[in-house]
Amino acid sequence: MPGVTVTTTAGPYRLTEEQEDLRLAVRVLADERVAPRAAEIDRSGEFPQDIKDLLAAHDILGLPFPAAHGGLGADLLTTCLAIEQLSRACATTGLILAVQSLGALPLRFAGTDEQQQRWFPDLASGRKLIAFALTESEAGSDAAAARTRAVRDGDDYVINGSKRFISQGSVADLITVFAITDPEAPRHRRLSCFVVEKETAGFKVERVEHKMGIRGSPTAELSFHDVRVPAANRVGDEGQGFQLAMRTLDRSRPGIAAQAVGIAQGALEVATRYAGERRQFGKRIGDHQMVAAMLADMDAQTEAARQLLYKACVEIEAGSSDAGRWSAVCKLVAGDTAMRVTTDAVQVLGGYGYIDEFPVERMMRDAKITQLYEGTQQIQRLVIARSLLGKDD
Amino acid sequence: MRIVVLAKPVPDPASSAERLGPDNRLDRSAAPAVINGNDEYALEAALKLTEAHGGEVIVLAMAPASAPEMLRKALAMGAASGVLVTDPALEGADTLTSARVLAAALRGMEYDLVMAGVDTSDGGAGVVPAGVATLLGLPYLSYAAKVEPDPSAGTVRVQRISPTGFDVLEASMPAFVSGTQALGAPRYPSLKGIMAARSKEIATRSLADLELGDKAPSGTWTTRVLASEPPAARAPTRVVRAPADEAAKEIVDLLASRGIV
Repeated sequence: MPGVTVTTTAGPYRLTEEQEDLRLAVRVLADERVAPRAAEIDRSGEFPQDIKDLLAAHDILGLPFPAAHGGLGADLLTTCLAIEQLSRACATTGLILAVQSLGALPLRFAGTDEQQQRWFPDLASGRKLIAFALTESEAGSDAAAARTRAVRDGDDYVINGSKRFISQGSVADLITVFAITDPEAPRHRRLSCFVVEKETAGFKVERVEHKMGIRGSPTAELSFHDVRVPAANRVGDEGQGFQLAMRTLDRSRPGIAAQAVGIAQGALEVATRYAGERRQFGKRIGDHQMVAAMLADMDAQTEAARQLLYKACVEIEAGSSDAGRWSAVCKLVAGDTAMRVTTDAVQVLGGYGYIDEFPVERMMRDAKITQLYEGTQQIQRLVIARSLLGKDD
Repeated sequence: MRIVVLAKPVPDPASSAERLGPDNRLDRSAAPAVINGNDEYALEAALKLTEAHGGEVIVLAMAPASAPEMLRKALAMGAASGVLVTDPALEGADTLTSARVLAAALRGMEYDLVMAGVDTSDGGAGVVPAGVATLLGLPYLSYAAKVEPDPSAGTVRVQRISPTGFDVLEASMPAFVSGTQALGAPRYPSLKGIMAARSKEIATRSLADLELGDKAPSGTWTTRVLASEPPAARAPTRVVRAPADEAAKEIVDLLASRGIV
């Protein structure tokens, strides 16, 4: 009988000392080096190469990579703690780490030792960036509807098609691309995954989108015209691409939830500071009950989303058979929380919240993306409901 | 090169929770402990020297038993190991006792240089480094802005900040160098550094482990605070409003009358 899978994990329900230390280190870096750049990154809409270099210099981009290949071998929770702290200061910056992890996940799950040795050291050190290219203009939520083709030709594959809304697609050195290798196969067996290096002939960045938020993170449309990659660049078996993409998203969505929790926390802190300083009717506005209640709700909701995220990370890391549900519930709750909390933060700041003199309008714009990418909130609900109901046989 | 850096845990100056305890001494539980700022500059300078010349940095602290967390940060920044001298008898130790204990700990260690901040942000006496150097018979090079050792010649040269610029001092090693923020901003620990720090050694020494002889601290070696009161309010700022020539003369006269210029 299908139903809710009840999973329990043993172990301490606290962060380890090492996790606390790493979180503090990233937090200090975010406060002192990233936060002062956040408004300018948003205004210019340019990818912050200096911040990427900063993350690389402090090994932050190495967190999700195995120690054997130059990374820190951090667990999912630790990586998410870093994304959360960076996003608290600047959502674009948090996304640099989230995407570096996302793009490399197919290689981590299905890459051979040789492939990992070939690419991971450069990714872990931040010498190279990677992007994840699944979405197409007509294949968003319905990822299996992708039309990009990869045709076997001797020892190579020849890729044709285009991808849209690819985070960091224009600054990445490597792209994990999902393309159809067998159009006749059942829907979920058509796709395969390939690593395309940006110098490969026929690969082109068509354009970069003009976005509402995460404006420093370039979202690109990529085209592939007779792009020839060796079979050695195929990740996993032919036809495994869709499963690989779904497995990737199960592990990457907590990163987006972490970004959302970080944005919410950042907005809460700004709103709290403001409510403690701004005086109207002879007292701090935070001492007016209606504002006080908003702050309390913002804090409670943010903490709830954070704890759900941390729990989801631990369950997914432990190999829960319910990983899809955990990743969907934490992204769903955190994304909606970020939107609500940032909207309320703008409300607490009133007119000042609506202008770019304060960071909360940026945070509100940044929060919106967490309800959209790596599966819309509607897709998260679909994943959760399917996990509850099981398939209709 | 082997460099021992003295690092003292002090209440975080960025925390506003500083307060005095019932004995009129600083309540160290009120604010989180961090590495004394000037010691951190000395640590940064020491790390840069070992990066340039090879060798390692060892951090030495005389501190309460809870200090390892603070020492971990020094290890995360790149120090190879730590030594913590901790003993309940050292609570409230005065500067001479501190110097004797640190000197005794250093006698059991090998080094080319000992480095420290010129003073600490809690006590502010600024005499422990000179005391340690004196007890060990080491050349003492204070207020260093730049440290240039020549390991093959066995000498070290420093630029010492002076009221008019800087003096250049040279001494044979081993030597004691103390400095300030002029040594350069401390690095942030990298995540790899933080993870590596967990497995680095912090050796703990009690007073019994040190050869202090009859210099072992006793009740008479501690500081007793008889009273404390906030500093008197400063005199109001005097603003000189006059045409530039007259104002300049008035200001110079004022400074001259106080012996400042």
